[in-house]
This record gives sequence, C-alpha cells and structure tokens, in this order.
Amino acid sequence: MTSLPQTTKKKLGLVIDLDICVGCQACVTSCKEWNTGGYSAPLSDIDPYGADPHGSWLNRVHGYEVGEGATGRTVHFPRSCLHCETPACVTVCPTGASYKRAEDGIVLVNPDMCIGCKLCSWACPYGAREYDENHGVMKKCTLCVDRIYNTHLAAEDRIPACVRACPTGARHFGDIGDPGSAVSKLVAERGGYDLMPEMGYKPVNKYLPPRDRRDSTTSTFQPAVEAPDHNGGGDRATSFFAWADKMLSR
Amino acid sequence: MSSRRGELDGAGVARLDSEPAVELSRNPADEIKYTTCYMCACRCGIKVYLKDGKVRYIEGNRDHPVNKGVLCGKGSAGIMQHYSPARLRAPMKRVGPRGSGEFKEISWEEALDTATYWLANVRATDPKRLAFFTGRDQSQSLTGFWALQYGTPNYAAHGGFCSVNMAAGGLYTIGGAFWEFGDPDWEHTKYFMLFGVAEDHASNPIKIGIGQLKGRGAKIVAVNPVRTGYNAVADEWVGIRPGTDGLFVGALIHELFANRTIDLDYLVRYTNAPWLVIEDRGAADHGLFVRDEKGVPMLFDKKSGGLVHALTPDASPALTGARTLADGRTARPVFELMSERFLSDEYSPEAVAEQTGLKPEQMRRIARELAEVAFEQEVVLDHPWTDWTGRRHEKMIGRPISMHAMRGVSAHSNGFHTCRMIHILQVLLGAIDCPGGFRYKPPYPKQVPPWLVPHGALQTIRPLEPLGGPHLGFPLGPQHLLLDDDGQPSRIDKGFSWDAPLSAHGLMHMVINNAAKKDPYAIDVLFLYMANMAWNSSMNIPGTLEHLTAKDDKGEYVIPKIIYSDAYYSEMVPYADLILPDTTYLERWDCISLLDCPISTAEMAADCIRHPVVKPDRDVRGFQEVVIDLGARLKLPGFVNKDGSPKYPGGYPDYMVNHERKPGIGPLAGWRGEDGTKTGRGAPNPDQLNRYLENGSFFAHEIEPHMAYFRHANRDYMEWALEMGFRVETNPVIFQLYAEPLQQFRLAAQGHGERQPPDSHRARIDKYFDPLPFWYPPFEEDMVDSGTFPLHAITQRPMHMYHSWGSQNAWLRQITAQNRLYIHRDLGREHGIEDDDWAWVSSTIGRVKCQVRLMDGVNRDTIWTWNAIGKRKGSWGLSDDAPESNQGFLLNHLISELLPEGGGGYRYSNSDPVTGQAAWFDLRVNIEKADGASETEPRFEPVKQPFEMDKPDVLSFGAEFREGRK
Repeated sequence: MTSLPQTTKKKLGLVIDLDICVGCQACVTSCKEWNTGGYSAPLSDIDPYGADPHGSWLNRVHGYEVGEGATGRTVHFPRSCLHCETPACVTVCPTGASYKRAEDGIVLVNPDMCIGCKLCSWACPYGAREYDENHGVMKKCTLCVDRIYNTHLAAEDRIPACVRACPTGARHFGDIGDPGSAVSKLVAERGGYDLMPEMGYKPVNKYLPPRDRRDSTTSTFQPAVEAPDHNGGGDRATSFFAWADKMLSR
Repeated sequence: MSSRRGELDGAGVARLDSEPAVELSRNPADEIKYTTCYMCACRCGIKVYLKDGKVRYIEGNRDHPVNKGVLCGKGSAGIMQHYSPARLRAPMKRVGPRGSGEFKEISWEEALDTATYWLANVRATDPKRLAFFTGRDQSQSLTGFWALQYGTPNYAAHGGFCSVNMAAGGLYTIGGAFWEFGDPDWEHTKYFMLFGVAEDHASNPIKIGIGQLKGRGAKIVAVNPVRTGYNAVADEWVGIRPGTDGLFVGALIHELFANRTIDLDYLVRYTNAPWLVIEDRGAADHGLFVRDEKGVPMLFDKKSGGLVHALTPDASPALTGARTLADGRTARPVFELMSERFLSDEYSPEAVAEQTGLKPEQMRRIARELAEVAFEQEVVLDHPWTDWTGRRHEKMIGRPISMHAMRGVSAHSNGFHTCRMIHILQVLLGAIDCPGGFRYKPPYPKQVPPWLVPHGALQTIRPLEPLGGPHLGFPLGPQHLLLDDDGQPSRIDKGFSWDAPLSAHGLMHMVINNAAKKDPYAIDVLFLYMANMAWNSSMNIPGTLEHLTAKDDKGEYVIPKIIYSDAYYSEMVPYADLILPDTTYLERWDCISLLDCPISTAEMAADCIRHPVVKPDRDVRGFQEVVIDLGARLKLPGFVNKDGSPKYPGGYPDYMVNHERKPGIGPLAGWRGEDGTKTGRGAPNPDQLNRYLENGSFFAHEIEPHMAYFRHANRDYMEWALEMGFRVETNPVIFQLYAEPLQQFRLAAQGHGERQPPDSHRARIDKYFDPLPFWYPPFEEDMVDSGTFPLHAITQRPMHMYHSWGSQNAWLRQITAQNRLYIHRDLGREHGIEDDDWAWVSSTIGRVKCQVRLMDGVNRDTIWTWNAIGKRKGSWGLSDDAPESNQGFLLNHLISELLPEGGGGYRYSNSDPVTGQAAWFDLRVNIEKADGASETEPRFEPVKQPFEMDKPDVLSFGAEFREGRK
C-alpha cells in the first residue's frame, strides 16, 4: 500500500477532443519517441521485426464504431493514464514506487523502486499501465514530466509530446484544478466528461464528446415547392437561359 | 525537486518521507538540427534532436509553412525508419537469378563504372533503350533534367499511378489542382467537401485544417465509401458507391442550375462560359471556339451587339443566345452547352440515385446547403485589389465553399472527367481563389492548360543528343502527341500516344509490362528509383514478376539490365542487377524546388532543403548525388563543363546552389543574388545553403494581402509571378469549363486533320474526348460481369503509414502488422462470414485469401483493406514468420494492368483513357468464405537476405540516453 497526498497544488492533465481526433497515431508515436529516451527510458520493444512485435507504449489510440446505419459513427479514442485524484494504482503499490506528486498531481512510477509485481495494472480500470517485459518494471504516462518543466525547451514547448505533435489540435494540456485555466474553460464549454466516473477514482483527464452532426439524421430539409424546371420538359433549358439573360441585364 | 508526502498509519503502508527526486530538466539534445521530413509527400519541417551522436527525438518545426509545428504518426516514428535493419549498406551486383535475392557487395567505383558503361552504350547507339522512372522522387526537376540531357524519351515519375487525373483535370480546367497546387482556405471556409480523400494527400495540412474547421463550426461533408479517418469526423458522411462521384457531382450541378443558384457574374468574368463554340456538325472546326484571324477566341458583346475578343475589358458578354457568324454558320456560348448537359434528366438526383447509392433528398439538400453558404454567407475582406483590366475593387468578396479530392476520384478510369466536374462545381459557385474557397499555391495558377508541350517524339531522338525539351507537358491537340511516323507510341509507357493522349505524368505502371513485351519496342536498361514496382506499386504482381524475369530464346533476360536505387531492402531490390544504395532521409541533401512540386502554401511561395543531420554509417550515397555523378561520367550536357570536367564537383549541394535553369532561376528561390538579397530570380549565391540552414532549412515569401486572392485575374499578383519566373506573361487565367483541346482530339477521331487515330482507337477517342465533362462507368465495371463480380474493392493506407517508404518500422508495425479485409456486416451475414473468418476475394485475374473484419461504416457494395501492409517473405528485414508476409495481403494481385481485349483484339492499359492514370480503384470482385484458413494466399517464394541484418530480439532504444542519469 502506498499513500496519496491529501491534496495537490495543481491537477495537471489532458483534455482530449473526440470530435476531431482522426486516429492518426501522432500522439502515440511522438509519446513513444520522447519517452523511450526520457524519464521512462527505455520503452522496450519485444520481437520488433518478428512474428509478434509488441512493447511498452504510454499512449494508444483505439478506433471503433458506435451504432449502426444512419446514426452510426466511427470514434477514435486515445487512451493513457488519467492521473486520477484517488488512483487505486498508487494505493495498491506495495513498495511506494507508484506515487502521486503533491506538486502537480502527476502519477509516476519510480523505476528504481518498482518490483514489477503488476498489482497497479490490475488495479487500474482504464488499462493505462504498461509493463515493460524487458526492463521488468511498470511504465506509464508521465505527462512528460521531463518536458513540462524543462528549461532546455522553449517555454511554448513545455507541454507533453503528444500535445505538441497532435496535428488536429485534439489534445490540450493544463491545470484542470484551476477553473480559470484554458483547459477548464474548454471542459465547461464543451461538456467535457470523466471516463467511468462511477469507479470513483476521479480522473483528472477529461474527454470532449463529439459535437452533434449536421446530416440527414438532423436535417429539417424540405424540398422547396418544385420549380417548373424540375419537372423536365423540352424548354427547361430555354427558361433557364431566359433567367440567366435577365439576371445579367440587371 | 521533491516535496513532503502525506503520511498514513498502519502496517504495510509504504511510508516515504519525501517524493523521489525527478530530474525535470535534463537536456534532451547536444544539438538540434532542422531539416525536412521525407516519410511521405507532405514534406514537413522537422527538428532533429541529436544526443551522443544518435537521433534522440524528432518534432515538427513551428515556423514551417507546411506543418506549423505538428508532426504525424509516421514522422514521429522517424527514428525507427532511420535505424531500420533493412537499410542497404553498400552497392551490390546480382549473382543469382533475378528475384532470388543473391547479391555481392561491390565498391561504388565498380557500381558507377558498370552503370556508366551500360548507360553510355545505350546513349551512343539508341537512347530510347533507356527507361528511367522514379517513384516517390521529390527531385523531379533534377531527374527530369538529367533524362532530358541524356536524350531518352522514356522518363516520368510515379504520378501516372498516383494523381495525374487530379493534376490534369485541374490544370485543363482552372490552371491549378488539388493538393500540390492548391488548398482550401482553411481560415475562412464554412463548408468543406472531401471527395475520396482516404487519409491521404496531404497529411498534416489537412489534419490541421480539419481541426480548425471543426473548431469554427464549419460543416465538413465527406464523400467516401469508407468512414474512417477524416471521414469519421465529418458532419456528414456520404457513403457513395465507388466510381460514381461524377454522377453525384453532376446531380449537384443539375440542382444548382435548376434552382438558379450559380454565380453568373463570376462565370462572365473569369470563365469561358460566354465564349462562342462553332456548331457545324461534320466540319473540321465543329466544336471549336470562334476565333479571329489571330486565333483569339470571341464572344458576343451585348453592348456593341457584335463579336469581340474574349479578353475585351469593357465588354458585356452574353452567356446565352445562338449567334450567326459572318460565314452564315451558327455558334453558341459554352454556357448554353454546359447548361444543357447538366440540366438534362441524366443528371437529376432521381436518375443517379440507384447508381450512386444515395438518396435524392440528400443530394438536393447538399445542393441547397452549398448555395446557401455560397450566396448568403459571403466572406468579405477589406483588401482592395486590382483586376487584370486595371479595375480597382475595394473588397475581396468570397464564397466560402471549399473542396478537396484525391485518390477515390483519381484512381478510377473516369477520374479525369470527374475531377473536371468537381472543379466546375466550384466555379459555378464562384469559389475558386476567393476568400473561403479553394486557393492556389504558387507557382500556380498557370495558363489553362500550362504552356508546356511534351517532348520525345522518336523522329527527334538522336544518339548523344539531348531531348528538345522537357518530357512531360500538356498537349493542346493531336499535333502534340509523341508518335512515330506510323502513328505508334514514341514512349515505352505509351504516354502521349492515342492510348493516353493527356498523360501529363507518364504511365510508370505500364513500363515493365511494355518492356517485357517489346511493345512498342525493346529496351536495354531499366533504371528505377524509389518505386516498389515488384510489389505494392504495380498492378498484377504475379504478372509483373514474370515480366521482370522473362527470358528470350537465348536465355537472356528480355529486359536485359535493371538498375535500382533504394534505401531499404524492398521487394524490388531482388529483381535488379545493380543496386545503388540510397541514404535515409536524415543523411541526405535534397531540394524541394519551385521548379517542381514545392512546399508553397496559399499564403506563401516556399521551398526547402534536406541536409545530412547525421552521417551515414554505411557505404551509401544519396541518389541525387549519384545522378549528378553519372551525368558527369556520361558527359551529359549540363553536367560537364566545356573541358569535360564535372560541372558540379561538389555534388548535389553544388548543383542546388549553382545550377541555373534560366538565367537567375535555379533550384532554390531564397537568398539569391551574390549578396543573398534577391528572391526568385538572381545570380547564384555561394552562401545560399547556409542561409537556408539558418532559417530552419526552408524559405518562404509571404504574399501581400492585395495579391492573396483572385490570383487568376489579379494584376499585381500576375506581375509579381512574372518577376518570380512563375509565369511568362500577365494575361488572366480563364477557367475552361469547355476544354477545347479535347475537342481537337475528338475531331481527329471523326476524320479531321493530318493526325488521326488508328481505326482501332477512333471510337474510344471520340467518346472520351468530350470537351464537357461527363460520367461513364469505370471500365472494369463496364467490361466484367457484374453478376459474377458484384463488389468493388478499394484500398487506402493507414495514416501512420500513408505514402511512406517502408512500413517495416519497428514502432509502426506494432500498430499495424496485418491488414484485414473490411466488409459490411450485411455482406458478412449474406455470406455467412463472421469477424476473424477468412475469405477468398476473386477478380477476373486471380484470388487472394484474407482475414475479415466486419464493419458498419462502409458502402454495402464495397470491400476494402489497408494497402501495402502485406510484404514478401525475406524483404524489409522482417523475419519469415512476420504477420506482414503470412497474414498480410495485397489486393494488387487482383488488379489487371490491362483491360480485357476490346474490338480488334487490342488490350488497353487499365487506365483513364484521357490521362493514362492507373485505374486501380476500378477493381471488381466477389468474396466467399474460406474455411479453416490461417494464412494468406498467394504467398511468393521468400527472397534471400543478401547481407546480415541487425534484427534484435528486443529493442531498447533510448536506454543509452538514460545512462548517466542522476
């Protein structure tokens, strides 16, 4: 068992816009690329050129379909650690390797203390933890803790790699604990929601739902009273030309 | 940095007094270098972080015009591309039979000597016996120049199987085209239609744009049989039946006409709608424009009551009314002819509903929405501008409708006309190069079509002499075809022949087939670059492999010598005789030039470079270095000085700086002039590359607001474009709703003129060279039995592998190592096929076994898969049990490169009849359940790996960056 801080000064997290995620995997590979050489280095890949290539990734995107027929849609769903306020993955940790930072609420694994028992991955209902088979320790999203305070990076680049790369702008980073922050405002405006709130872990990351569609399912289109030209007939063109002529003679 | 943690009582609770120290500010790089990505056609600016001599991280360059800082899934996996075990490591010569993969590594000197010997012999005897074709080449202004100096007519790049329908359709209509030559006005558009854009062309700009549009509440309509990627986030998905986009667009045009919702003023001002067309059926000039004695097209001026030049500034052009000409004949304006076509019942929503699979109400509604946005929601910018007549306009008023189209339109045999129809829809709405509409990217717009005719007619080919001009161009009539004295094709790919008269990008997909059949003639050397023609870049792979290995009576290969350059051990490598190993994209010089397909955006003229950010650790050379070296060894004009010494002893960078295509105009437009103060035109600047490097490896010149729109008719823009060398004069670009060059071909087919098609081709030319666009069924659909092959089969690449060179990438293949056959649930039910079942897909030429995934968001009559995931065993450095070669599959095996025999027994290529674009989306198939299968078929003999590839069982990339951490 590992204890949690009573409160955190900030609640840093991601706001992910499901309305514009096109499933391009940019956040997935940019995360891998930064973090395999960063705090969590390495994110091992097993059998990388063989039959069953697999490895540790701190962020994955799943695509699936919801509904059928006219109301069906395809959704791309990025999945990573939600940096819960009361994360079971931390409290189950027998060594104190998993912890939640009091400063900013980031949930981290201290690789030097992790014994690879996987209790945390069993405890996490979101499947956000990734065991590194080769390294023998648990890996997880660090919110790029080695980027967001990194003075070697330009101020505008002190954001997680996934946010930095996302081509559609579907990922936002900030202090969700501060109601005045840009991310909090976005959540308020767009009805951002918690993933599986009934579990009670109070995820910090939020998802913005797809906006309402404007298609045949929502349209109130009524064909206008048919113009005579719609009814066919030999002088459809003639009457059209007359119209064009009249318009140009204005 | 550490802080106290809360403490809890109780046994078993980990109690740490403080949080561990986390190194929050470790320096991630010893050095950051700026270059240009090359994992697709997008050419984004990247920052490469280098640590301890290795690549640590790659991110987008925020200042770059293309990607503005973002980077896609491929670009962000660039490290694995760069360190791929499949990288070739030295030149090789083949020692086993073709296709075996048996090679011996040789020195560069031996490789270049061999290539020079082969190429010099051909050049000295019969230059056409060299066929030089490049694939995803981004240096066509160099490779084309080389081929021109060499003197072979046989040169092109991969556009013939990629996008020539889009390029030619656009350039023959509006003097620009989707993707490379134009973009939606992302900032202002309110209604965006995507046609057949399967997560492709372009990558990051479209993603950035879609994000922007959705944020602003603009509506996105996706016309695509498959609902993935961009189509998944659209407001409205139009799940059209493949190959029927032209009917849908035709119906939209029909509705715009019927509802009187078109921009008449725009048509009068910027299009040939008022130009008069001669109506004299049977005459040699029937269907041509009425022209004066100098050849200037005429229109009827209501003000003067007579005919005037089409470019008379103060005329009051009539769009309607038949006119009697001085010789008593009749002429009618284009507008009337076009209206009659699209007002006809043939294009009514009801008439096209069954073919397209769409409901008439949906088509009617979309037409109304387009009109509503175009005419009721104008965008007005306070930018005064001056048109070509000298009239000043206080504002720029735009119709905020934009469109983008690509593969799903391009890869059909009716793609050229469909593309033209889409542009005409844009023009009718007044939405070309206006605020909120489609915008040109410099150096476009050009004249319609661009004033560049193809070169390479056989009569002009002489040993040791350059070609008379560039290979590729835009014929205005049969006089510009490249034919021999018997009317037969001059080019090995039959480009610019009666088979494919407007093949502006050539027909790379036909080269191997034609060469093996010696049709139209035999060649001696096939020289390919970066094109996987023995695998996913060819139609009918089994047939292609037979052609590559075909032998004559004497046991010699029918294609005697094959030279190939690639960076990786792709499926094509084993089929070549001499391998010139290329570098990775991080090890090379390149220039993405305004002479070719630059990185310009609508807002700025831009070009860029690549430079070696890491040194190769293998004995490899950038292909362009090798081309320049070979040019000097062959003593090609343009590559040697008068004394025969190499003109560019410094290799590619030397060429990039010092080559001049015309005086003052070279590969790079930035920092020209001796002191670097000139833009576009100026003397070579010895310091030019340093200036590029200082600026993040690109150059961008922003276009001023008064030249930002209406550039087809914007005087100041035209003058600036002239100065930059983009244009040769400042006349306005008049949109060609009616394409007279097509009518020239049609007249020839009808028996007029000196150059006429052979009888076997007359009916085809007559039908498809309609000067007004029309829809016809894709050829395969028309020629095969729809009962036997009731389904369409199409492909797309996943975004994380789009247009990329090598999906063997260790990270990307963890996302997709096996492709599935995606079919609609109802279709599965009908065939008793469930998720994960295997099925046979059959076409007229073969069958492929595939594992199925059911889905909902796909047109009911369409099956599809991710393309180019399937790999041949032994290639790309993958192990023999890799899913890519055991479960992954290609549909290419099912696509014939030739159409069935038509009348006279001749087999045309499976291509668009106008442009020669490979029609690989025309494929018709059926499916049946394959019980008990677990592997794909067909599987080909494994190729041997010619050298030891360093394939670790475990990859711990990045561990080295952690060492030494506190």
